[in-house]
Amino acid sequence: MLHPLWASTGRLIGIIARLDRLRALLWLLGIAAFTLIVPPALSELYGTQALRDEMAATMTNPAMTAMLGPGALERYTVGAMTAHQMLLITALVVGLMAILLVARHTRGDEEEGRLELIRSLPVGRLSWLGAVLVVQLAVFTLLASVTGFGLALLGVDSMDLEGSLLYGAVLGATGLVFAGVAAICAQLADSSRAAVGYAVAVLLLCYLARAVGDVGDMALSWLSPLGWVTKTSVYAANNWGPVGLLIALAMLLFLAAHGLNANRDMNQGLLPSRPGRPRASRFLQRPLGLVLRLQRAGLWAWAVGMYVLGISYGSILGDLERFLGNNEMLGQLLGEAEGVTITDQFIAMLMIVLALSATIPPLLTVHRLRGEEKKGRLDSLLAGAVSRSRLLGSYMVTGAGNGMLMLSMATLGLWTAGNAVLADGLPFGTLYGSAAAYVPAMLVMIGLSVLLTGWFPKLLQLNWLFLLYSFVVLYMGDLFQLPEWMRQLTPYGHVPRTPMEEMAPLPLIGLGVLALALTAAGFIGFNRRDLDAS
Amino acid sequence: MAVLEIRELTKKFGTYQALNGVNLDVNGGEIFGFIGPNGAGKSTTIRVLLGILRATSGQAQIFGKEVWRDAVDIHKRIAYVPGDVHLWPNLTGGEVIDLWVKLKGGGSRQKRDLLVQQYDLDPTKKCRTYSKGNRQKVALIAAFASDSDLFILDEPTSGLDPLMEQVFQDCVMDVKKQGKSVLLSSHILSEVERLCDTIGIIRQGKIIESGAMRQLRHLTRTHVKAELRQPVPGLAQLDGIHALAAEGSILSFEAESEAMDAAIRQLSQCGIVKLECSPPTLEDLFMRHYEGAGGGVR
Ligand SMILES: Nc1ncnc2c1ncn2[C@@H]1O[C@H](COP(=O)(O)OP(=O)(O)OP(=O)(O)O)[C@@H](O)[C@H]1O
Ligand SMILES: [Mg+2]
Repeated sequence: MLHPLWASTGRLIGIIARLDRLRALLWLLGIAAFTLIVPPALSELYGTQALRDEMAATMTNPAMTAMLGPGALERYTVGAMTAHQMLLITALVVGLMAILLVARHTRGDEEEGRLELIRSLPVGRLSWLGAVLVVQLAVFTLLASVTGFGLALLGVDSMDLEGSLLYGAVLGATGLVFAGVAAICAQLADSSRAAVGYAVAVLLLCYLARAVGDVGDMALSWLSPLGWVTKTSVYAANNWGPVGLLIALAMLLFLAAHGLNANRDMNQGLLPSRPGRPRASRFLQRPLGLVLRLQRAGLWAWAVGMYVLGISYGSILGDLERFLGNNEMLGQLLGEAEGVTITDQFIAMLMIVLALSATIPPLLTVHRLRGEEKKGRLDSLLAGAVSRSRLLGSYMVTGAGNGMLMLSMATLGLWTAGNAVLADGLPFGTLYGSAAAYVPAMLVMIGLSVLLTGWFPKLLQLNWLFLLYSFVVLYMGDLFQLPEWMRQLTPYGHVPRTPMEEMAPLPLIGLGVLALALTAAGFIGFNRRDLDAS
Repeated sequence: MAVLEIRELTKKFGTYQALNGVNLDVNGGEIFGFIGPNGAGKSTTIRVLLGILRATSGQAQIFGKEVWRDAVDIHKRIAYVPGDVHLWPNLTGGEVIDLWVKLKGGGSRQKRDLLVQQYDLDPTKKCRTYSKGNRQKVALIAAFASDSDLFILDEPTSGLDPLMEQVFQDCVMDVKKQGKSVLLSSHILSEVERLCDTIGIIRQGKIIESGAMRQLRHLTRTHVKAELRQPVPGLAQLDGIHALAAEGSILSFEAESEAMDAAIRQLSQCGIVKLECSPPTLEDLFMRHYEGAGGGVR
């Protein structure tokens, strides 16, 4: 018999599993597929040791270490290459998956009032949280097994069973850690949105702390669970220690979350919340003001986050320069021809990462309209003297402004740090120009969301997949030698990659026109369709 | 025997005092009406009773057990219906009902099917497509299909149509017949009046009036409207007569119960053509309490 605090946990596990089966399955399949297609592709593309060593040489610099973590570059087998190129980034995605799954059922269900009735049944105070975490335990064990055995079954020479299982175990354990992080944040924050925000912030901080640590001060990466991920040295030394560490940390976080939950009132965060204003300011009384006010807190958090992201990458530029200074020959080997320096290449690469990251908050903003619609909050707005176009326009404009702000913050961060650490400094104008070139592409993404909101609101979330596709194609396109047309499918693929490439206005104008067309079509659709009630 | 007992219950949200020494008893087989203005603390009291909120101080017991510590044991024998029912959008109403009934343990399938029919609910629809009233029906069916000893209902009918309201009242009378107890919080005073044996009025986190319905009626005034052949001279001088007004030959006033006898004597001497007396309503009681103490809202 369970302690009364956990009464009926078994039944609740069943319910949560039933509610989440499709969502969890899709995540699982997505991540497993993403993991399993890589090794065959790499064996195909880098069939000989010579080709792989060449690749390893281009990876031997601080910039790459910052992005991917340390790898077994001296014995760069297909296995070691897979682990080096893919493990960390997959772990990041798994972390996000855990956060979204947990936040949904902890604070999310609480906020939507669904736990109120559950709590009136003979169900323990901690049963729901316990059940959510048990389900995560199952999901991530499954994820670990599917990826682990799947990799082993691929039959790639350098990928033995032990290494493959370790690969899977690292992913699963990382998921559990961030499930724990999300469970804790759900106790602290005063809304489910804030809970997701805090947890994602922790995830990114872990990634950045590891980046800075891997390049310079090793101690820092031991502080970050994502630092432990690369310490496993999968398919080389096969260290199981960090997995144990991850699981221990996850259990600790689970326990702490239970402790916090036991003494918390429902729908109340442990962090204090301030009383608000008694009246709406003049600004708030207009739709644009309302849209901005509703996401004020998130806006600040993202802006700071983007700045920190820029700074973290910028600080690596110094290490890169010092490294190249010591290895002049290496610089030439890496294709430092025709005035294109490694630093320029790195900056061009960073710009893609920054631009893609800076697209997340504006998409969140625009997608919020649909969220409000589903909660039935638009009806009373539209019943007032606000037209549909004006409402959609407010979200669109806020989104576009938001995106530019985020991109600027990231660039500013990159410049602040880069300028300080580089001997010759970093010209702000050029840097900002490279960033600004991504604005039209970003507007296309926003336009696409507007289009979907207008015509196919049920498919809106697919735009996230498109953003993910853009990331994979642009970030890993070179590694997988993907064909050019795949790059051309995403708007970001058309942006001239300055300072590595020449600036070209024509594609930017084309993107701008496309963005305009998508947006206009979206407005037409939004004015014609039925609104969904709650 | 008290099924539910609350003593000096307080609850603070940060610095805000939502409950300020609540005392309340519900006896076995009794229907207790819990009324009060918006924000008075009804739902907060109920949430404390359900162990969803933790009391700041004071005692609350159901079936002689502590509501926070023994929540699970207590919940096996109570049913709860909130005013705002939220369901998982991708489950059907039927699924949700079964799920709740099963979590509670017990409950008969026949009763459930009968209730579904009585409340005219389509249990095959996804919850996201239900209207507010339909979502409430889901919770009501789950509650009445379980065999609980205490029903805690917080504005359970705020979305129901008059027909369904009738079905609800029948359900409540039915459980009362079986000797079970009900705590009913509601703003629909006619409903409370019809169903409840005892009521408690809460205001600003304090019970300001409670007692048997019949007793409380004495505290209120009867409305009298009379058409007379000739005017009555001395009525205004009587103690306990209020709001006296004359319009042509028609006279209207409110009489406290002690003044009733004297008033009617006077009227009958002046030739009554027509006399209407309306009994004191809960609404009068309610209004008097809220207005009396210097304005309703804080
Ligand atoms: N989580 C909370 N944090 C802060 N204040 C709260 C919280 N929950 C309730 N309150 C406040 O406590 C007071 C009592 O609220 P409660 O919901 O109990 O009122 P009620 O009597 O049920 O009102 P209604 O008739 O409108 O349902 C209100 O002033 C409310 O604003
Ligand atoms: Mg209430």
